[in-house]
Amino acid sequence: MTQRILAIAALVVVGAALTWGLFVVLPTRGAQPAGNAAAAPAPTAPPASGRKIKARLYYVAEDGIHLMHVERDVAYGEGPLEQAREIVSAQVAPVSEPLVSAIPAGTTVRALFLTEGGDAYVDLSREVVSGHTGGTADELLTVYTIVNALTENLPAVKGVQLLVDGKEVDTLAGHVDLRNPLAKNLAWVQ
Amino acid sequence: MVALKVRPLRLCTAATLAGLLVVLAVTTSTQPAQPTPLTLLARDGRRTLPITLVADQEFVALDELASTFQLAVREESLGAITVSFKGRTVILTPEQSLASVAGRLISLPAPPSRIAGRWFVPVEFIGRAVAPIYDVPIDFRKPSHLLVIGDLRVPRVVLRYDPIGASARLTVDATPRATSTVSQENDTLTIRFDADALDAPSPPLAAQGSTSLVQSVRLADPTTLVVQLGSRFAGFKASSEPVDTTMRLVIDLSSTQTEAAPPTAPAPAAPDLPPALAPPPSSIRTVAIDPGHGGDDEGVHGANGTKEKDIVLAVARRAKAAIEGRLGVRVLLTRDDDRNVPMDERTAIANNSKADLFVSLHANASLRRTTAGAAIFVAAFDAEAVQTAGSGGGRVPTFGGGSRDIELVFWDLAQTQHLAQSSAFANILDQQLHTRVPLVAQPVDRAPLRVLESANMPAVLVELGYLSNADQEKLLASDAFQNAIVAGLTDAVIRFRDTLSAGGTQ
Repeated sequence: MTQRILAIAALVVVGAALTWGLFVVLPTRGAQPAGNAAAAPAPTAPPASGRKIKARLYYVAEDGIHLMHVERDVAYGEGPLEQAREIVSAQVAPVSEPLVSAIPAGTTVRALFLTEGGDAYVDLSREVVSGHTGGTADELLTVYTIVNALTENLPAVKGVQLLVDGKEVDTLAGHVDLRNPLAKNLAWVQ
Repeated sequence: MVALKVRPLRLCTAATLAGLLVVLAVTTSTQPAQPTPLTLLARDGRRTLPITLVADQEFVALDELASTFQLAVREESLGAITVSFKGRTVILTPEQSLASVAGRLISLPAPPSRIAGRWFVPVEFIGRAVAPIYDVPIDFRKPSHLLVIGDLRVPRVVLRYDPIGASARLTVDATPRATSTVSQENDTLTIRFDADALDAPSPPLAAQGSTSLVQSVRLADPTTLVVQLGSRFAGFKASSEPVDTTMRLVIDLSSTQTEAAPPTAPAPAAPDLPPALAPPPSSIRTVAIDPGHGGDDEGVHGANGTKEKDIVLAVARRAKAAIEGRLGVRVLLTRDDDRNVPMDERTAIANNSKADLFVSLHANASLRRTTAGAAIFVAAFDAEAVQTAGSGGGRVPTFGGGSRDIELVFWDLAQTQHLAQSSAFANILDQQLHTRVPLVAQPVDRAPLRVLESANMPAVLVELGYLSNADQEKLLASDAFQNAIVAGLTDAVIRFRDTLSAGGTQ
């Protein structure tokens, strides 16, 4: 009888621990992809000083089927990971005419991780899908805006995989394969 | 059970039938030659219903319809004719091609006609007026002069014969799907269908030349086709698979003759065949066309409401008809209605059917409203992926303790093996579309497109144009544009086939 009570008590303790783990610990860890992410879980910290770097950001070219690059000031980040976060934040920020961004309005960066192998995982909010026009051309430009912004400015980044709302996705709008990290492709840039 | 409700057809005795025919012969003696009668099929048998031509329009006698379907026919005092069945009534008016069917107005191609004291109605009356008031389904198939009464399985059967070098292929499509078995008896092949009857042309296949592997095909009984084989016949392999609502039976026939022999005498073109049915290709037998999106995935929306999923389906259907008609090859659609097909299933359909070409159709959108033009995409892979696929094998340990080489196929990389041919087809399609539709500045491009990557055959994705551009939205929805795209695609498939049979595309 005592053994039975002990067993039940042990189960209750284990259950409580699991619940705490599931509902308290995990959410604070964010949507970290499986694998050897070498990322610090801390959110993007504001730059210590007003230090800036020059970065190439990408916007939709006049022809509507290519990107063009623009040199812009981006906040300095300590190390590749912090710098990557600054670059992507600047890239998804809304712009005004004559610039047109291929990133749908309202899209935010939920998280960004870097692996030791040089793959960056960029977790975007769901607006990148819900606000998308759905065209193959636009989809290619959305994807390569982020891929090129990271790979072109940060030599440490070899490939970029986009996640949406913390999850891996097949595509954004049914065309461009996002199941693996994509390498830099300047063919989409004028 | 609906079938049990079918009342027996009041089959005429031989004497009365003969009498009837005589009467008809007399009453219609001033008319042109008797057309093919209607064949009525019901659970308890078949009979024919004579047709009378009036001004090139096919008519049936109302009294014969009445006796067949137990209809009550009355001529009302004001000249109207009422046709009733179990309290439901059709009202016909002489010299009017409109009729009221249980209170609803329908139109007929001609008004009822009185010939030698009897009323005749256009054959369409059966499907449009009798069927709605009847208590058993009536399926009127005008092209084959068939009237299927009740719940019978009477698939439409279409045959196609394609000589391929010294061998040949006989394709038998049964719609709606009906399974069949094929057996050889001496110099014939017997195809037995699991059906109540067959809706087949007569003869099911035009007679072929005397040296042909298949000489002729005839309907031996209501559900059996008999294929008369030529003297060169050596063996056959039959397989069937569903294609949309059709069950397709493919019989590959081999010949005692070797492939090298045919050039000695060029096959004389059958004079009665239109050029569209020229001998089939040796290299492209099946084309898979993939209308993108569908169902709740509507794809791009134009400002005026045009949806990508509808445009691409319309073009795909036209392309299927055009390519099948002109090339005599089989065209599969990954969807033929408004539903979403998972990405992997689209290529699986093409791969499982061993399609020789995969064409995915889409409509584009750009954030720049003036962007216009069609584009053609070939899959792109990272160099690493191509290398992985190119290595093509590995060594695995065996039970015996050693190792052996195996061929590794990475399904997601299947397309890497076909990139050269995919590019070749893309370039041919670019040439064919150039004079027909607006194209972007550099129409052929490469991109990591999900739907192309697992295609185990040459594959391209065609963007028809930009629905985000108001002019293009109008254009893409037009018949002229859709026909132009289809003409270009068809010509491209023909040219691509020619390059393949000429020995390569490099």
